[in-house]
Amino acid sequence: MKIRLLDIAHARSGDKGDTANVGVIALKPEWYPILAKYLTTERVEAHFKPVITGHVDRYELPNLRALNFLLHGALDGGGTLSLKTDAQGKVFSTAMLRLVLDVPDNEVPKA
Amino acid sequence: MGTNQSGDRVVRVASGQGFWGDWLEAPRRQVEGGQVDYLMLDYLAEVTMSILQKQKERDPNMGYARDFIGAIESVLPAVVNKGVRVIANAGGVNPPACAAAVRALAKKHGAGDALRIGVVTGDDLLPRIDELLASGHPLKNMETGEALSTIRDRVLSANAYIGSVPIVEALAKGANIVITGRSTDTALTMAPLRFEFGWKGDDWDRLAAGIIAGHIIECGAQCSGGNCLIDWQTIPDLANVGYPIVEASADGTFYIVKHPGTGGRITVPSVTEQLVYEMGDPHSYITPDVIADFTSIHLEQAGENRVRVFGIKGRPATDMLKVSIAYRAGYKAVGTLVYSWPDALPKAQLADRVLRERLVNLGLKFDHILTEFVGASATHGPLAGDPGDPPEVQLRVGVRGEDKAMVERFTRELIPMVLNGPPSVTGFAAGRPKVEEIVAYWPALVDKRVVQTKVEVLS
Repeated sequence: MKIRLLDIAHARSGDKGDTANVGVIALKPEWYPILAKYLTTERVEAHFKPVITGHVDRYELPNLRALNFLLHGALDGGGTLSLKTDAQGKVFSTAMLRLVLDVPDNEVPKA
Repeated sequence: MGTNQSGDRVVRVASGQGFWGDWLEAPRRQVEGGQVDYLMLDYLAEVTMSILQKQKERDPNMGYARDFIGAIESVLPAVVNKGVRVIANAGGVNPPACAAAVRALAKKHGAGDALRIGVVTGDDLLPRIDELLASGHPLKNMETGEALSTIRDRVLSANAYIGSVPIVEALAKGANIVITGRSTDTALTMAPLRFEFGWKGDDWDRLAAGIIAGHIIECGAQCSGGNCLIDWQTIPDLANVGYPIVEASADGTFYIVKHPGTGGRITVPSVTEQLVYEMGDPHSYITPDVIADFTSIHLEQAGENRVRVFGIKGRPATDMLKVSIAYRAGYKAVGTLVYSWPDALPKAQLADRVLRERLVNLGLKFDHILTEFVGASATHGPLAGDPGDPPEVQLRVGVRGEDKAMVERFTRELIPMVLNGPPSVTGFAAGRPKVEEIVAYWPALVDKRVVQTKVEVLS
């Protein structure tokens, strides 16, 4: 089934130079395995491709039931050089939550 | 010092400012709302140092975060009567001037004798750049690898990020107000814990715990309900939001709490949101004192608005310090106009095309022009999908370039569009956009051994 990230995760994002970081946190512990398995580097790279110029790094934090993504080349140069409204990447978090995952029905935790 | 329910000694460090410009009410509320031992105030962001450097160039008595003087005024009774100690990186590029201003304020309130002001210096590398370059410290840009020589003549400030050691020294010398320059945000919280509990310089796990405590509270209310996405609709009484407090024990375990009767919310998810904020590689959160491992953090809801943090691991710090260098990088201007329904977006898009054609016709050249349509795609770009026919769209155009006159000329091209461009346009009351000089950030590394900090306690 299709699962929108917004329905199973929350997120916060910030900046480091021209890189935005997006931390994605499972809303319930049982959703973390779904994130860990299906929210891959490739999936996130494809999602953000229209708005970033660089690659994506991905880190797992099972202890926090979270993943951390670094989106390089996301901030129009970053810091004070950037002309973007969101020069500090504050709302890349919610852009991430638009992503829709395709998860086999038998792997979806029961509500 | 207090004790917790099990009778162990605890130290309470309260966060009162998450950046320069944060809520002026917070410091006083933190010292008056309940028992705290330390008040931690973080004022410095990456570009703050360069703004302060410009102020110091104009006036040698400036160059520090002036909000701090008001903050001290608001907490002075607690410092004098309750023994609360204050630690702040408010010194910016001029900690001695900041200390002098605090002294003058204390004198005015007849509290001069009660203050022992610790001043930490030695982070300022600006006068030493050429010496460092000549002696084999290239100060290359950490992100791009470029040599500092490409911007050497445009450098405005250069400061090493320093750790907990000089702050601990100031506390040991009896300071009840500690003023630093470019201390790391996290050291402001870790240092008092290290001082109180006598954590050794190679007690990596506890130092890392102190750093993570600092990371959680360094952005003020951002861990206690502010900017919190999860269940945001039900977060109580944000008008009265409680800023966070670290309640730590000697073993490095700590709780994130807030004063009773305040608004906001402290839960495992609210703290987790802050933990992932501005995170890089979670295995290696590098600070001058220790490398903290965010994958070792355990969180547990220990009561209402009370989260226990434990299990943290750290490992030895590197031999390098990060250096924050600021340099002049040309000029920019950003202007906006608002287009209304019907067809707000196509009108704004046409205005953008017309504007750009005029810029070309005038022979204006910029390093970069960026157009955004606020209300349609400004923050999420094409990921936002079709916006439909919204009631209004804001056209937002920014330019950046080395030539100030060209950026100035751009600012004259936007507003005429009100009468000579597409229809249904408004929102120009602020007049033409302001030209700003850009001060950009150049992160570098330097050998720790070349940075000597100095601590002085004035009484």
